[in-house]
Amino acid sequence: MRPFDYTRPENLEVASQALTDGATPIAGGTNLIDLMKLQIMTPEHVVDLTRLPGLSDIDGTPDGGMRIGALVSNSVLAGDPTVRRAYPVLARALLAGASGQIRNKATTGGNLLQRTRCPYFYDTAMPCNKREPNSGCSAQGGIARMCAILGTSPECIAAHPSDMAVAMRALDAQVEIRQTSGETRTLPVGDLYLLPGDNPAKEYALEAGEVITAVILPAPVSGARQTYRKVRDRASYAFALVSVAAVVKMDGDTIESAQLAFGGIGAKPWRDTEVEDVLAGEAPSDELFAKAADVLLRDAWTEESNAFKAPLAKRTLISALRDATGLSGETHFDMGDAA
Amino acid sequence: MTRTFRMNEVQPRLLDETGQGIIGAPLVRPEGHLKVSGQATYAAEAKVENLAHGVLVRATITKGRVLRVDEAGVRDMPGVLAVHMTDERMIRNPAQGMMGESPVRDGKYIEYLGQPIGVVVADTFEQARDAAQRLKLEYSEEEAEVDPDNASETEWTDKEDYGDIDMAMDKAAHSVDEEYITAAHVAGAMEPHAAIAVWEGDKVTLHGSCQLVQFNVKELADALNIEEENVRILSPYIGGGFGSKLGISNEAVAAAIAAKDLGRPVRVVMSRQQVFDAVLRRTETTQRIRLAAEADGTLLGIEHRDRVSNLPNEGFSEPTNQATHFLYGGANRRYRQETARIHRNPSGSVRAPGEAVGMVALETAMDELAEASGVDPVELRLRNIPETHPETGLPYSARMLAECLKDGASSFGWDQRQSPRARREGDWFTGMGVASAARMNMLLPSEARVILTPTGAIVETDMTDIGTGTYAILGQIAGEMLGLPRELVEVRLGDSSFPKAAGSGGSFGAASSGSSVFLACKAIRDQIADKMGCGGDDLTLSNGLARCGNVEKKLEDLIDSDIVEVAQIKPGDTRKEAFSSGFGAHFAEVAVHAWTGEVRVKRMAGTFAAGRILNERTARSQCWGGMIWGIGTALTEAAEHDPRRGHIITRDFANYHMPAHLDVPQLDVKFLEERDDYANPIQAKGIGELGISGAGAAVTNAIYNACGVRIRKFPAHPDVVLEGLMAFD
Ligand SMILES: Cc1cc2nc3c(=O)[nH]c(=O)nc-3n(C[C@H](O)[C@H](O)[C@H](O)COP(=O)(O)OP(=O)(O)OC[C@H]3O[C@@H](n4cnc5c(N)ncnc54)[C@H](O)[C@@H]3O)c2cc1C
Ligand code: SF4
Repeated sequence: MRPFDYTRPENLEVASQALTDGATPIAGGTNLIDLMKLQIMTPEHVVDLTRLPGLSDIDGTPDGGMRIGALVSNSVLAGDPTVRRAYPVLARALLAGASGQIRNKATTGGNLLQRTRCPYFYDTAMPCNKREPNSGCSAQGGIARMCAILGTSPECIAAHPSDMAVAMRALDAQVEIRQTSGETRTLPVGDLYLLPGDNPAKEYALEAGEVITAVILPAPVSGARQTYRKVRDRASYAFALVSVAAVVKMDGDTIESAQLAFGGIGAKPWRDTEVEDVLAGEAPSDELFAKAADVLLRDAWTEESNAFKAPLAKRTLISALRDATGLSGETHFDMGDAA
Repeated sequence: MTRTFRMNEVQPRLLDETGQGIIGAPLVRPEGHLKVSGQATYAAEAKVENLAHGVLVRATITKGRVLRVDEAGVRDMPGVLAVHMTDERMIRNPAQGMMGESPVRDGKYIEYLGQPIGVVVADTFEQARDAAQRLKLEYSEEEAEVDPDNASETEWTDKEDYGDIDMAMDKAAHSVDEEYITAAHVAGAMEPHAAIAVWEGDKVTLHGSCQLVQFNVKELADALNIEEENVRILSPYIGGGFGSKLGISNEAVAAAIAAKDLGRPVRVVMSRQQVFDAVLRRTETTQRIRLAAEADGTLLGIEHRDRVSNLPNEGFSEPTNQATHFLYGGANRRYRQETARIHRNPSGSVRAPGEAVGMVALETAMDELAEASGVDPVELRLRNIPETHPETGLPYSARMLAECLKDGASSFGWDQRQSPRARREGDWFTGMGVASAARMNMLLPSEARVILTPTGAIVETDMTDIGTGTYAILGQIAGEMLGLPRELVEVRLGDSSFPKAAGSGGSFGAASSGSSVFLACKAIRDQIADKMGCGGDDLTLSNGLARCGNVEKKLEDLIDSDIVEVAQIKPGDTRKEAFSSGFGAHFAEVAVHAWTGEVRVKRMAGTFAAGRILNERTARSQCWGGMIWGIGTALTEAAEHDPRRGHIITRDFANYHMPAHLDVPQLDVKFLEERDDYANPIQAKGIGELGISGAGAAVTNAIYNACGVRIRKFPAHPDVVLEGLMAFD
């Protein structure tokens, strides 16, 4: 960690000005401080957002949706009665992430913007294009277990680690951003993330000085079953190898609609509507789900050490859809999701 | 004067006769409240004035020399006091257990990525860390091999053969011939490696986190080129060791070098990442096991081969086949071990070195033999318990393996076990597995002083408590022997100025140091008996009262001045008369997801016989911990080495997955009543490593029973199980 200035503004204008001048925002600090200790991020000025007014609320929106302030903690959001009732996929995704202590500190905005868990990104002895542009990518030819297989580039194969963001993608969430001008813009959560391309160091579609102020969820799809399935190297407190957020609506014996997003396999929280199109209007079956998975993975690019992610993703999707459509016949055997 | 006692013959079970009634009782640890309320001072927390802070500098190449250090670049940073690079006293890696001398030293030469090659000292920790991270080094780099499977330099142990295993395999009705791969492990103790060094003239005091104090004194003295008399180590509390603190480690040597030079106390604490970089890991293993059996499953022979790895010039190779030598019978036996000399970070003892991974392979192979021969896995083990040690012919001192297997099977409901893939609920398969547990027992020289005062007793020994309960059990032994409630016995540990104990390692600590306390107390009892005018055998001591026949006196009235006794236990002839080991049996029930290969342990139970249990609560806690390690070995734990650089890239607890709460179900632990008369005068055996031995195999054998997938690569992460499941598609 390097010495840095610390300020804790009481209003957004001051914060925004400092950020425009090159400061780095901090919310829960659960990711940023770790990165600062390892000198992977070396901000000279850290602006603490946690005293900004109005960013810690959860409110209903006029169209039946929900507005989640950027400073709402992961614990509070997961425990919110409306979230649990109307967006259980989000509550489950949150509870599948990190640990109770971390979720108490972690915020909605910070969670969206947490950085990759590619181990080489955290190891300054090793080349990493994301950390140090043009130095190389150690994950390739290395241990890429935690890396992605979709949306990657020759420069970087890192996965985005957030569980919450995967659920939000399945729910068609919008991110509310305060621009330096003081105006607000919104962005579909999927557009917040940039694919690595030839510049993996640039990860988010945010300009200097912009602050995430909220996430807005549309009204829940009524009558849809929601599930979040996360497969990982231990039962809790581990990042996803593969995760699936599913919001599935049935019409009698056929699938009316399916909204699916994926974690652990994408360079960003992954959604692919072509997968959903395979399912819409069809009767659920393992074969159908396998077909959908093949569409999902049509462009998958794997390393030796993460080649297993393709079959694992396929089977996790099948499993999640079996649960969501009732094929697995199990509603009670729910182990491992509440960390 | 020290009374030395050699364990030359079986001793009467005095602790079954004494009157206080606290031996074995599940008393809480006397220091427990200090620990949970933050009042126990661990190494880094010792109150020392004028402390400066050192941070280790990490080598970022695998092999080569430091050519240039850009000291000037950090010298002028605020607070920086000193930069110690390329000091030839800096050790390459921590000492192996019981080395008693400095490990390899050469301040300039790097042999693994992550090697601590210097220390930067500053007024504050943050300043030192910043400077250490910014320090620029130039290297001349050399080629380094890091792949154990393709190492050009390997060393073989001597051939060890009994009978003819090839012949046995030829004539076997059933046989197993499989390869098992286990991942490297790191003992990530909750308290990272930490030291504060304080010099007074030529003498250094080290507040350290040290398991084997008497050896650590020698190692530190040797590393620093000073006399042993000039080193004092204080290690009253240790936040977990698991073998990683057996030998003096880099932070201690660095703190001592820096403090001497600066004329000011220096503290060095490893970061979690540095622990993964530099602390001795458990090697990865590749093991090949061949079992030859008759039609009814009776073993004709066993072969256990393995490949492990370590740095050049390290004297340790994981004793993978340790339990294979004595657990099961069969006249034809062969052992071979190959150590690959590579430049991964060094390996050493990690909890139950040998058994922890060796028994996972052996007990899986036994499960495969059960399958091949159609004999129930519990029954197969029972059939193969040998009369006497299959290689030395010695009788076993006390061995309740059969009882453990039978008791465990009946309380676990083993008779409900079905054939593979027969139990399925929704998308989850369920199955049961069993494995034997064995961890050989040792007695090592150990010395203690016991002082009986008119108001209580004091125990002093340089024995350590690494979180295991030494304070509790030594107090119980002294209290039991002297007729005092445990609260009136003060136990002082971890100070090298106290009598030299065995230390904590290899499960020998409790029985060895407990025996020394027992012997010192016994000498005190004799003195009291004298004062009472009776023989020691007729004396009863309880609650501060001494009784002989119908004479009863208060202890405090008998003692006009402190009675001090120093006693030492040494191993003797009994170990040549009988072979001593702890035994047990693990049972596990798991669920395996048919689509994703996720495994959840639903129930797990261990039945153990380890001689006299000194404190049922702390013993149970050891077994829980061991079984949880077993779950980790089976399902979650893997130190992943970079294939090019050799270092561990899973360098924190977010990436190195020991079992989390949700991975661990309710664990049932049961002890069978046993006394091991050949082990030592208190008839106790080691228990710290018994619980881990074999545990992982019970879990993976249950995976096989659940879904028909045989696990031969550990841990059984979802992808490993998935590969097997896909074969059924
Ligand atoms: C051991 C461990 C395990 C974990 N496991 C999981 C897991 O399984 N699943 C999972 O999803 N996550 C996991 N996490 C990550 C955790 O969810 C994130 O660290 C957390 O959500 C980040 O939130 P924060 O408020 O602490 O962010 P900070 O660390 O404060 O900030 C993160 C980033 O966001 C920026 N930022 C924060 N708020 C704003 C804002 N409002 N506007 C603009 N920029 C902002 C910061 O500048 C910084 O770059 C784990 C973390 C740890 C340490
Ligand atoms: S995958 Fe990306 S983050 Fe990981 S080493 Fe390569 S460039 Fe760095």
